[in-house]
Amino acid sequence: MVKFMLQAEKKILMKRGSKKMQTKIINKIYFLSVFMLTLTGFGQMPIFKRYYVADIPGLGWLAEFYITHYLHYLTAVIFLGLSAYAVIDYFLSGKKRRLKITTSGYVKVFILSGLIITGILLVLKNFEGYLFSPGIITLLDIIHLVLVMVLLAVSLLTLVLKKRWITQNIDE
Amino acid sequence: MIKKLSRRSFIKFGTAAVCSVAAASVPAQGFASGREEHIATMLDISKCIGCGECVDACSEVNGGKYPNPEKPFPKMYPSRVKVEDWSDKKDVSDRLTPYNWLFIQYADVKINGEERELSIPRRCMHCVNPPCVKLCPWGAAEQLQNGISRLNPDLCLGGSKCNEVCPWDVPQRQTGTGLYLNILPSIAGNGVMYKCDRCYDRIKNGKEPACIEACPENVQTIGPRDEIIEKAYKLARETGGYVYGDKENGGTNTIYVSPVPFAELNKAIKTGKGMPDLKPEPNRMASAENLTKAMFFAPLAGVAAAVGKIYASGRKKDSDEKGK
Repeated sequence: MVKFMLQAEKKILMKRGSKKMQTKIINKIYFLSVFMLTLTGFGQMPIFKRYYVADIPGLGWLAEFYITHYLHYLTAVIFLGLSAYAVIDYFLSGKKRRLKITTSGYVKVFILSGLIITGILLVLKNFEGYLFSPGIITLLDIIHLVLVMVLLAVSLLTLVLKKRWITQNIDE
Repeated sequence: MIKKLSRRSFIKFGTAAVCSVAAASVPAQGFASGREEHIATMLDISKCIGCGECVDACSEVNGGKYPNPEKPFPKMYPSRVKVEDWSDKKDVSDRLTPYNWLFIQYADVKINGEERELSIPRRCMHCVNPPCVKLCPWGAAEQLQNGISRLNPDLCLGGSKCNEVCPWDVPQRQTGTGLYLNILPSIAGNGVMYKCDRCYDRIKNGKEPACIEACPENVQTIGPRDEIIEKAYKLARETGGYVYGDKENGGTNTIYVSPVPFAELNKAIKTGKGMPDLKPEPNRMASAENLTKAMFFAPLAGVAAAVGKIYASGRKKDSDEKGK
């Protein structure tokens, strides 16, 4: 009987451990993809060469616009896949009842949604053909840039204040 | 507690998610490429005598669009940021500058064993999918529905990205003019980029571009892109010539027809800064465009992974309960 209970407990601990590991991996991928998206996104502006960043050994590629453009798209692929996974997992696996999104979490979700929407529209614009008027393109460029700057500020603030995206729902 | 996912809700939610993501990807294939509305020009190189009438006409008609920089220029930081000032070299006509949007390249070649000098008018190729327009970080470059690409001097900050991404080194910078002067001239921007806008304002008023109107030899023909392409290949077939510009960088709206291969012409012309080459240019936007397909499938993969995970954990729970 004791052996059976110990086995069951071990099973639960292992399950918790693997879930924690899974969350850690997802968090790491999210952080890395946002970092790369930000870096390559800023690389769309001619600033890294001007301000010697591309002179740092190993960072010369930051001054190559076609490379940063390609990497921005590539990281967006990972980020979009991860976002879709997180949304579906949150709503379908019961996390919605167990976990509560904090105010800073909602702010981040709002900013990220804006970045995804403007990003998709800008990607569509880059296809051959005329899709948006020049005014709309400038507006999309500015919104995309402002949103990423706000995201950086909010992320820094939540890091300093140790605010989390989610908290355990105390009603459960 | 993990909510148990029934087969019905799994199928219902899964289908809805897949459909909504798939719907988001529709515009990627849904809109027309636009090249069918483009106006293109064909330049028959064998006809050009290098008289320079087109160059003069371009300057005369577009002179009002040339920069009027304010001097002294603001000091720019860091020191590696160089002033690009063409305002004292307005007469330079052997390359592209902010004050010279069209120039003539010369090539000494042999045609049927006979030495001949060919003249090639060079200006913006007006790519079908122009990297200068698509990759400008401010939307300061625009492509008109008729395929003309132009740089907006009121918005351009002179970062010169358009020049770097242009396969032909076409846009040229003038320091000391434009919007950057009103923002942070010392630390951001460096003037305005200039290039041929194929007389978009004249075309809007039903006129021909100045270079075409002024040419005494009728070197250039202008018309709908598909007709111009057809004419170019017909001319090449009839004269045993070669075509450049139809496939380069994924297609352009400037099509050259030459009596000698372009590889030979490219060796014979002087190339360098502001002097475009005639190399076979691959489509610069293609690699990112190919990746876009993956970008629209990525959310589907994410949805599938999440749904799969939840379904698998639901099944495991079922079997655990049965086991008990």
